[in-house]
Amino acid sequence: MKARRTIVKWLITLAVLHGIVLCAGFFAPYDPGEQDRKSPYLPPMRLHLLDSNGHVHARPFVYSLKLREGSFDQYEEDTAEPRPLKFFSRGTYYRLLGFLPSRWHFFGAENARVYLLGTDAYGRDQLSRLLFGGQVSLLAGLLGAGITLLIGLCVGAVAGYYAGWTDSLLMRLAELFLALPWLYLLFAIRAFLPLAVSPLKAFFLIIAVIGLVGWARPARLVRGVVLSAKERDFVRAARGFGATNGYLLRRHILPETSSVLLTQAAILIPQYVLAEMTLSFLGLGVPEPVPSWGNLLSSLQQYSVLVSYWWMYLPALAMAPFFLGYLGLASSLQERGEAYRIETRSLGNLT
Amino acid sequence: MRYLLRRLGHALFLLAGVSMLAFLFTSLAPGTYFDEMRLNPQIAPETVAALRAQYGVDKPLPVRYLSWLNSVLHGEMGFSFAYNSPVAPLLLVRARNTLVLTITSTLLAWAIALPLGIWSAERLGRLPDRLLSWGTAMLLVIPDLALALGLLVFAVRTGWFPTGGMASVDFETLSSLNRLRDLVLHMILPVTALVLSSLPLLIRHVRAAVADVLNAPFLLAAVGHGIPRRTLLYRHALPAAANPLISLFGFSIGVLLSGSLLIEVVMSWPGLGPLLLESILARDLYVVVGGVLFSTLFLVGGNFLADLLLYWADPRIRTEGSTQ
Repeated sequence: MKARRTIVKWLITLAVLHGIVLCAGFFAPYDPGEQDRKSPYLPPMRLHLLDSNGHVHARPFVYSLKLREGSFDQYEEDTAEPRPLKFFSRGTYYRLLGFLPSRWHFFGAENARVYLLGTDAYGRDQLSRLLFGGQVSLLAGLLGAGITLLIGLCVGAVAGYYAGWTDSLLMRLAELFLALPWLYLLFAIRAFLPLAVSPLKAFFLIIAVIGLVGWARPARLVRGVVLSAKERDFVRAARGFGATNGYLLRRHILPETSSVLLTQAAILIPQYVLAEMTLSFLGLGVPEPVPSWGNLLSSLQQYSVLVSYWWMYLPALAMAPFFLGYLGLASSLQERGEAYRIETRSLGNLT
Repeated sequence: MRYLLRRLGHALFLLAGVSMLAFLFTSLAPGTYFDEMRLNPQIAPETVAALRAQYGVDKPLPVRYLSWLNSVLHGEMGFSFAYNSPVAPLLLVRARNTLVLTITSTLLAWAIALPLGIWSAERLGRLPDRLLSWGTAMLLVIPDLALALGLLVFAVRTGWFPTGGMASVDFETLSSLNRLRDLVLHMILPVTALVLSSLPLLIRHVRAAVADVLNAPFLLAAVGHGIPRRTLLYRHALPAAANPLISLFGFSIGVLLSGSLLIEVVMSWPGLGPLLLESILARDLYVVVGGVLFSTLFLVGGNFLADLLLYWADPRIRTEGSTQ
């Protein structure tokens, strides 16, 4: 039961994190494409409670940044006027969850722009781009994992259930796919697909590629479960009563694979988010101006950005909580699987 | 011996399969290297057609595959359109650089993971073990890309390490000792990134495997005989725990290869990764196929090495061969 509680804990953590990204329009102060051409590469603004006159403010505030004299890219805080943050403020127009029109934002400032994670070369807010980029990257991971698991389930079920030459053929093919270092395989397949396409097309393209590449491991796992499940007594009994193959698979055998599939999902999703990031980072995935976690970081490939604008690196760290959530979920799911196996084994000994 | 031959045959089968798969994908590709030439008004259509014929791009897939196989036998592995040279020499230099990187990191990662994993397994559930578990979890959570970029940012801001490439500009003029020093300095960043990215998984597996063995009756008996701790751990527990670890060794090479692809690009290490990326963008088909094949070769080689080690380490496998 302790295992179940940790699973629930991780699920809630993940739900909160995904909720924030899902409602990116609300939590992000600006539109991800909105440019502020007068302030490129603005460093992150610091939140203050104490102003330059020594007064304590109840509400956190920021100072606007202005160019340091005689410099063209060094900014300093303009301490003349504190700009208090306003929570639940009205700002730019967006559609929550893609359909609810709204102007409410989690925070904003009056008569000033707030950049808590700085801005990029076009003066776009990095925080907003990070949140909206998460939508793209996480969706890619989720859909990709869905495709992989679907293929893995079908192939594994067919191989395990029908056995014989179908089984050996499919499993040889799976070994082939497992033999390749998967990032190379991903690249190779991406290599032979069109390069310059619209963002939406590119998005679906890479989901398909990522989803197709990884089918082999889940297929092998599902096959193993199906192999053992079809020899269970109740399945044999059902077959004896004249159950058809389709019915047996649907009703008795495939439900057994659910825990394997869940664990695989928790392992695959972060891996696929990473795959999307890698492809986009290298310019093979989702192209600008649509933000994704990968192409947010791609400006770091320029040496000048790396040297002068360290805050462009911050989005890389912001992703860690998501990966932590999935890692925790995967390991607690595995733990439960193990406990379950031991439990059933000892039960088997008793009867 | 039969066991090893079987594994070797398996490896060859895999390589052949991968090459066929790669060719199948090339045939699905929309567009070739010559498409851009066709758009260029300065190149006559006849020239493009002649080039296509020369490289055999217009022939059907099986013919292309066979002629490619033929060129593999001649040590060429096809022809690079962009570099205008056979692929194999091109890849060999890059593969050497990749190998330098991956072998060093593999050895280093294992050299760190083995003692740490054993140390942690010995203190299972106590404070140091739990601290280490947390540490590995934290490392596991940081993506390779973030790790590599973070190291780069760090190197750039401190200026302690060179931040790209494999050699300094004046490499040719240095004495051999200084050349080695230069190479090592350039390797520090990518190797650190690779080691850190593969370390958590290794430590966890070593810990689990050793902890499993430490509970075995024969070890309790050994403790009862008063065998000193160090001998106990390294002479008795480690060999018994070795089997899954050796398999993991083969697997870890594959993980490292995928990781190094990305890290090579980020840190501009002149290995297979950047070449592969370049040739993807240029649609230089044979280089892509060759690069993928080389990476598979490494992986299969790593697994074969693991099989050899397993054969050497585990008497059960040796006898299995002779009783058959």
